[in-house]
Amino acid sequence: MPKLLALIPLLPLLGFVSIGLFGRKAGKPAVSCVAVGLVVLSFVLSAAAFRGLADAPGGRIAVEYAEWLSVGDLKVPFGLVFDPLSGLMALVVTGIGALIHLYSVGYMAHEEGYARYFAYLNLFVFFMLTLVLGSSLPLLFVGWEGVGLCSYLLIGYYFETEVASAAGLKAFLANRVGDLGMTIGMMALFAAFGTLTISDILAQAGRLSPEAGFGVLTFATLMLFLGATGKSAQIPLYVWLPDAMAGPTPVSALIHAATMVTAGIFMICRLAPLFQLAPITLTVVAWVGGATALFAATIGLLQRDIKKVLAYSTVSQLGYMFLGLGAGGFAAGFFHLFTHAWFKALLFLGAGSIIMAMHHEQDLFRMGGLKNKLPVTFWTMAIATLCIIGFPGTSGFASKDEILYLAYLKSPALWAMGVAGACCTAFYMARLFTLAFLGEPRDAHAFEQAQESPRTMLLPLAALAAGALLAVFLGWPAAFGGSFRIEHFLEPALAFGRTNALQAPPHEGHPVLLAVISTALALGFAAFGYATYRNGLGAAEARAARFPGLHRLVLAKYYVDEALEATLYAFVRWLGNLMWKLFDVILIDGLGVNGPGVMTAIAGDFTALFQTGRVRNYALGMTLGVLALLFIFLT
Amino acid sequence: MTPVHSFWSEVLGGGLSGYILLALLLFVIGLATVLIRRSLLVQFMGVELMLNAANVALLAFARFRNGDVRATTFYLFIIAVAACEAAVGLALIVGLYRHRQTTDSDRADALRQ
Repeated sequence: MPKLLALIPLLPLLGFVSIGLFGRKAGKPAVSCVAVGLVVLSFVLSAAAFRGLADAPGGRIAVEYAEWLSVGDLKVPFGLVFDPLSGLMALVVTGIGALIHLYSVGYMAHEEGYARYFAYLNLFVFFMLTLVLGSSLPLLFVGWEGVGLCSYLLIGYYFETEVASAAGLKAFLANRVGDLGMTIGMMALFAAFGTLTISDILAQAGRLSPEAGFGVLTFATLMLFLGATGKSAQIPLYVWLPDAMAGPTPVSALIHAATMVTAGIFMICRLAPLFQLAPITLTVVAWVGGATALFAATIGLLQRDIKKVLAYSTVSQLGYMFLGLGAGGFAAGFFHLFTHAWFKALLFLGAGSIIMAMHHEQDLFRMGGLKNKLPVTFWTMAIATLCIIGFPGTSGFASKDEILYLAYLKSPALWAMGVAGACCTAFYMARLFTLAFLGEPRDAHAFEQAQESPRTMLLPLAALAAGALLAVFLGWPAAFGGSFRIEHFLEPALAFGRTNALQAPPHEGHPVLLAVISTALALGFAAFGYATYRNGLGAAEARAARFPGLHRLVLAKYYVDEALEATLYAFVRWLGNLMWKLFDVILIDGLGVNGPGVMTAIAGDFTALFQTGRVRNYALGMTLGVLALLFIFLT
Repeated sequence: MTPVHSFWSEVLGGGLSGYILLALLLFVIGLATVLIRRSLLVQFMGVELMLNAANVALLAFARFRNGDVRATTFYLFIIAVAACEAAVGLALIVGLYRHRQTTDSDRADALRQ
């Protein structure tokens, strides 16, 4: 029975292969059935395995299928591990994945590349599940790269537009930088432990005590974290995620909000015992996360494109997750991943519903008053918005509050950054919501034609809204009389192999007071956002005019792209040009390819001098040759 | 090494070296003719001269080895082969002349291209 675990990732792969081969001929209904059906089946299997966890020895199901790599000391098996961490993640991937597949049936109904889209989407689910369930770092890395490939393919889904293909390329390149760190980190781990199987690494690491200074573990974990910043869009590698919104909206929901971009958080949770041994790395993680959470949230304040707002919001929320991990709250970080997956997917799908109703209008300033036109979208979006701004009692409140509390224990400055970010989040979400649904319609023509989306899109919205609301029961914070159940549940995975008990962070301070302060501030900013945009754009413009410099700076996203363009990209382009001219043109083309040809031509021209065609010359040559032979043999 | 004066005394005294020297002279003259002249007919004569230089050498060796039959046989063969070769060579020259209206070997250089 445990062998059936492989079916969880393999079913979506089957979908990819069959749709990829026969999808165009089979027609849209068949493609929809296969694509959605197989992911649903995969979800059912995951759920079954999840139920089986309780009876499994050690609380984990580990299956080894075959040996994969065997080079010298390096032995990597083909194995899958289903434990509370990967199980929960697999449920998120297949569950939310299935809902988004269903949503796509409606959203993509009139697209040309329907089969191509679903083939890629299924392939993505396959790679994501490989990443999640893989028992070794190389297998995780295969999934890691695979989801990157699918992300590239799906961002560039509208490849005929230059924006989309450039965005896909940017995502791919930014991820390459991170992946370099990831590979270096894996090599360092192999050098330190002599194995790349995760459970073996953790079992060995469990016997170590935390490093005081900078050692190989710190180096390895920092490198792995660099990989995470690429995949999970943190400073300094976050620039690709906002551009990735060029892809279809369900892709943004699935890949660039709920699952793929959280792979970095998942990877760190997977190796949690290792990261706990490297306090320097954890501090770096916390500060990078906190900085990203605040920085991206401020950019989100002024974006006009509804998807761009959500993209910066995702970057910011991922920052919170890293903040939680860095503060030592692996369960808290993962819990935020879990709740965020629901409400951010919901926000994106809601945005997709609005965009479709407005005939592919993404500009918030042209929306407005859609509340009565799109009632289901309105109510589900309202739930998601309340979750993300941390309205008391919602899942977002529970997870973000836990992270902020842990951040406070680490450093009050981190807490302040987190709260400031939360205030920005509340403001831009209130702004987005007000501009889209409330007030007067600003584009009368589009408003007249707007109508609610088909049922295949509304059903996922409702399901995600339910999930976003129910997720709170998994981890209601202890400070508010809950038990933060997810921490206990994930314990076997997060503390795998640990023999020396690490003392839990002391629960001190005033968690309730901190939560009250941050929530009150966030709600205040939400109200401020609502008040600013309630009567259209006038009030906001008046306020922006009072800080023209700051307004322009934030509107231009702090000129990060321009600065990178002027420095890093220019340098890389210069280097590339140099390499092109030096290595490609001169060395490879010149010496490598044309070199032998030119040499042959020169040699030919030279020897052609002897080919006079005159008998006398040949006779002379022959005579000289005979004389030379005589000279050689007779002396 | 044979002293120089004894070499010339042998040459003048009708020894083997004289015949060899004659053969060598004939051969070099023939070779020079082939290499220097451009007329195919004259070159052809040079070739014949070289052949006969070889014949002279062969007969001289036969004579000084007590009438060795093998050398004489070779000489007869060469005469026969040279006759055939002369026929074929002259035919080629005639053929060339019919095509090119020349017997200049330097103008028969079509193979260069």
